[in-house]
Amino acid sequence: MVVVGNGMVGSRLSEEVLRRDPLGARVRLTVVGAEPVGGYNRVLLPGLLCGALTEDDVAPGPLGPSHLPDPPVAGEISVHGPFSTGSTVTAVDRAARTVLLADGRRLPYDRLVLATGARAVLPPLPGLHLDAPGTGADDAPTAPTRTGALAHDVTVLRTLADARRLLALAHQACARGARIAVLGGGVLGLEAARALAARGVAVTVVHATPHLMDQQLDPQAGRILSRALRRLGIEQRLGTAAVRWEAGVGLHLADGTVLPAAGLLLCTGARAETTLAETCGLAVGPGGIAVDEALTTSDPAIHALGDCADADPGLVQPGWEQAAVLAARLTGENDTARYLGTPRVTRLKAAGIELTCLGDPFVEDEGTADDGGPEVLRIEDPARDRYAKLVLHGDRVTGAILLGVPDAAAGLVQLYDRGAPAPSDRLALLLGRALPPETADGPEAMPDRAMVCRCNSVTKGVLRSAWHEGAHTPQELAATTRAATGCGGCRTTVEKLAAWLAETAPEVGRTPRPP
Amino acid sequence: MFLTPAPDTGQLTVAPRDFPTNRGGLCQKGWTSAELLTSPERLTTPLIRDGKDAPLREAGWDEALAHVTRRFAELRATRGPDSVAVFGSGGLTNEKAYALGKFARVALGTSQIDYNGRFCMSSAAAAGNRAFGLDRGLPFPATDLDDSEAVVLVGANPAETMPPLMGHFDPARLIVVDPRRTATAQTALDAGGLHLAPTPGTDLALALGLLHVALVEGHLDTPGRVAYRRDRTTGWEAVRKCAARWWPERTERLTGVAAADLRRAAAVLAGARRAHILTGRGAEQHSKGVDTVAAWIDLALALGLPGTPGSGYGCLTGQGNGQGGREHGQKSDQLPGYRHIEDRAGREHLARVWGVREEEIPGAGRSAWELLDALGTQDGPAALLVMGSNPAVSAPRSRRVIERLRGLDFLVVADFVRSETTELADVVLPVAMWAEESGTMTNLEGRVLRRRAAKAPPPGVRTDLEVLHGLAVRLGRSGEEFPPDPAPVFAELRRASAGGVADYAGVEPRLLDDDAPVYWPARSATGAGTRPGGPAAALGTPRLFLDRFAHADGRARFLPVEYREAAELPDAEHPLYATTGRQLEHYQSGAQTRRVPALRAAAPQAYVEVHPDTARRAGLADGEEARVVSRRGTVLARTRYVASMRPDTVFLPFHFPGTGAANVLTNPALDPVSRMPEFKVSAVRLERADANAPKEGE
Repeated sequence: MVVVGNGMVGSRLSEEVLRRDPLGARVRLTVVGAEPVGGYNRVLLPGLLCGALTEDDVAPGPLGPSHLPDPPVAGEISVHGPFSTGSTVTAVDRAARTVLLADGRRLPYDRLVLATGARAVLPPLPGLHLDAPGTGADDAPTAPTRTGALAHDVTVLRTLADARRLLALAHQACARGARIAVLGGGVLGLEAARALAARGVAVTVVHATPHLMDQQLDPQAGRILSRALRRLGIEQRLGTAAVRWEAGVGLHLADGTVLPAAGLLLCTGARAETTLAETCGLAVGPGGIAVDEALTTSDPAIHALGDCADADPGLVQPGWEQAAVLAARLTGENDTARYLGTPRVTRLKAAGIELTCLGDPFVEDEGTADDGGPEVLRIEDPARDRYAKLVLHGDRVTGAILLGVPDAAAGLVQLYDRGAPAPSDRLALLLGRALPPETADGPEAMPDRAMVCRCNSVTKGVLRSAWHEGAHTPQELAATTRAATGCGGCRTTVEKLAAWLAETAPEVGRTPRPP
Repeated sequence: MFLTPAPDTGQLTVAPRDFPTNRGGLCQKGWTSAELLTSPERLTTPLIRDGKDAPLREAGWDEALAHVTRRFAELRATRGPDSVAVFGSGGLTNEKAYALGKFARVALGTSQIDYNGRFCMSSAAAAGNRAFGLDRGLPFPATDLDDSEAVVLVGANPAETMPPLMGHFDPARLIVVDPRRTATAQTALDAGGLHLAPTPGTDLALALGLLHVALVEGHLDTPGRVAYRRDRTTGWEAVRKCAARWWPERTERLTGVAAADLRRAAAVLAGARRAHILTGRGAEQHSKGVDTVAAWIDLALALGLPGTPGSGYGCLTGQGNGQGGREHGQKSDQLPGYRHIEDRAGREHLARVWGVREEEIPGAGRSAWELLDALGTQDGPAALLVMGSNPAVSAPRSRRVIERLRGLDFLVVADFVRSETTELADVVLPVAMWAEESGTMTNLEGRVLRRRAAKAPPPGVRTDLEVLHGLAVRLGRSGEEFPPDPAPVFAELRRASAGGVADYAGVEPRLLDDDAPVYWPARSATGAGTRPGGPAAALGTPRLFLDRFAHADGRARFLPVEYREAAELPDAEHPLYATTGRQLEHYQSGAQTRRVPALRAAAPQAYVEVHPDTARRAGLADGEEARVVSRRGTVLARTRYVASMRPDTVFLPFHFPGTGAANVLTNPALDPVSRMPEFKVSAVRLERADANAPKEGE
């Protein structure tokens, strides 16, 4: 089995295969990857940018199954099958079932897996590229393999090398008291901007549509997110397109202004990397290489998964779930495993902002649930940067935007993931635990059956009877009923009860204790 | 506690004792514990069943013991020594646990011995041994918790299972990890503490998620923590990578615990000058229990807690002698002194103490579930001796266990009341209860305690040690090898444990008589860790790991772990998670506590806690009888609406027998290392008890 690509999904597939077949008894695995360091965790690049993580942290984790009986000490578990990184596949000969590597070698395969990922989409903007393409700096970003090298003060953010390059730009900008412009106010742009701001880098996000994350958010939520980000020091220019990058000056905008900036980060989307698949004649759909539920392409001996495949691309979670499905099939663990899609949940990973979007929240027809239409709930609290919108069809959550209500998000995402029915108390669902806790009522409000001392099953009624039978001090109540003789947690309640009983039943309180 | 006999009737009265762990507190089980001693349901004469379908009839001791040993000897002669098995208990005294292990290996010559503690602490024990080179519930006195600024309780509910311990916690500084809002979680919430309610079976990911947050938020970069990891541990880099993959949003999606709560919990924990992480059965009773505990230990090590004065990691024991019971040879793979059974030097030492040849000591046998599952099968044991346990109720997939117990040629049960297991026995031996015999116990701190007999057993009742003595002598061993009195057994236990991990050599009886606090390892009465002073000064090793961990290099090991799913997940047919646990009023299988009137009145029958929405969808009103169905069987239980339950989860206490036995549902998928069954996660559906067509799981 040959895997082309050792990014997040390709390396995850290797891991999943090794977990199921640790001794290489069923699958002989070869991984071909372009990056010298394979399988770094792209999700963690913002963490790397803000300095919380090291390059080592985002590199692949320890390989091998942790559930083997012997202590899973790093390095103990050997990887089976030859691993080949640092090279690329230049062609696939489907008839001969071989791949041709850039270094001239040919590798035969029984099964080929394409995990070639995606590439950044560059806007058609003058000034992004070096005037003389091919000056070939070592740190040239990955995107322009087809479009020529980017200018030295421009980068994308897909690979570890891109992250290094962006950090270098940010350092230079800081040193000169200058700013970084981020083009694109989607998830990646905002996460990167937030991470740079956390490092003390001045940053402005430029976004062509009037509100941020317009793929996921409605205008109200977008506005509130903008305010929250401004509070965190992230400037924004919204509703205006960029027209030209001018090195040493900044970004020229459609409204005629110039945003002064020392560096430009392009976060303007990504597209499935399908070159290899196309050249060898595999069917390619609008979102990437066409695959069925078994992740098989139009050639039964070739599979594709992750960002390059036309099956929920763009997020990590689907890619990892696909890796598990494919590994189960290829190792023979489960020949009928199928990938049936992953519920789409977007979570902005930006410190200080709690934003979760799921499903389709763009329903504005606020019909009542009775007429069979969608049910829409919305709470706006712009002063506190909070917004919550929930769309239900019947009992199922079909869309939501949750900004600044983290307690609700966690429970809601689980409901959505499983397609489980929503609780009848919709408001509690929308607010999570934000509802005020039950107030600790005084002794008078407690019913007689209320448990006071759990350790010894003593109710208020039992304590009251004991008090009327003459046990008037907390000590006497404890001696007769054993309340407060366990963990002691109810001592205060017993004291309050005793005081309240003495207050409300003074005539009994004065009665001398029976001998 | 103190027990005082009334001058006229001899009826015992319970009074709490002011002791460091309980601070003079007792829960309802403690207050009522003397009631069963005089219960009319006590067994006072041996019972024998003449043939499989015959009723149990009364018999004399000589007849019963002779019958048992004759059958054991026949099976040994015809089918080999491993045809006779032994099942012990974490409720036995140290002396009895030791004698039972020796009885199995020396008198019966069988390798087939394990005990119910396998269902209790084995995951934490395995993780602790790997990380620290040694396993002791709390490696520090419980009173250290009084000054802790943050305590994480993972899958532990001491407000119900060990109420007096709650006095050591400041509830405002508690972080309770439990799928349910337990009494403990509620106590924390009321005081401003935290409750993290993960999806059942995801605590491992939660621990890694907390470690991730601690890492990226810079909590681990303090000079003290950096130096601790450098000087006192190995393996951090690999674990750092494991944690790097569990960013909060990913952790949130799997566990259902809000990323914001993860950050809050990590900040509280990391900001505390003294902090503790404590695990209970909720973390341990999984088919990934060892890895789950390891992940929490990793978090503790990253924060520099273990072996630092005033901080640490610990595991809360479950049974009366949960700690001591696991140290002296009841486990299938273990010899006294917490030695591994394959350890050559340990075997030779035990051979000398026992007066046998090293090669006569059997090797490792089956673990608890595997042992029960093999009973009466072609390759499995044909006879079983049970002491202090009721596996027909407390073992996982209990219907299968009952079937296997029925499949035995010969079952012998020593108990003091009838239980669901004695009902299946061929011979029942009536034995003394806790207040009727002396012995030692080791509490969760590793402190050895003297338990004194408060009264004599009822006429006709013998102690477990007397039973073992009688059986061993009839099997041809000498009486001196199996003394009926606890004192010589303890003397031999001290010699047998000498040089082992749990070294009791220095635990001199006079120290226990004086109530001196003695913590193992205690190589000699004045040995390592001893402090000068009178008898009140702590002896032995009250705090472990202060200078070094128990691995040869003196370092603790970070354990790289990766999350994996529970063996069984909810699906369309069984859409809910079921988790099991204890309630305050009952102990284990309930054989004792269900016979105490006050406890029975407070908690009379099986119930299932469920979110009102989930119950209504199944057509169940509060208080109605529900049927809870898993792939392994069906349980009838009273519906209890609990608004704080996760809508995807139901909870059942496991103390009840028959149609209410929660363990009919549980999944015996085993942890690959500890062989712990997955009590805490099974997939079930909920339906009305009067619904048509009961579909039995098996």
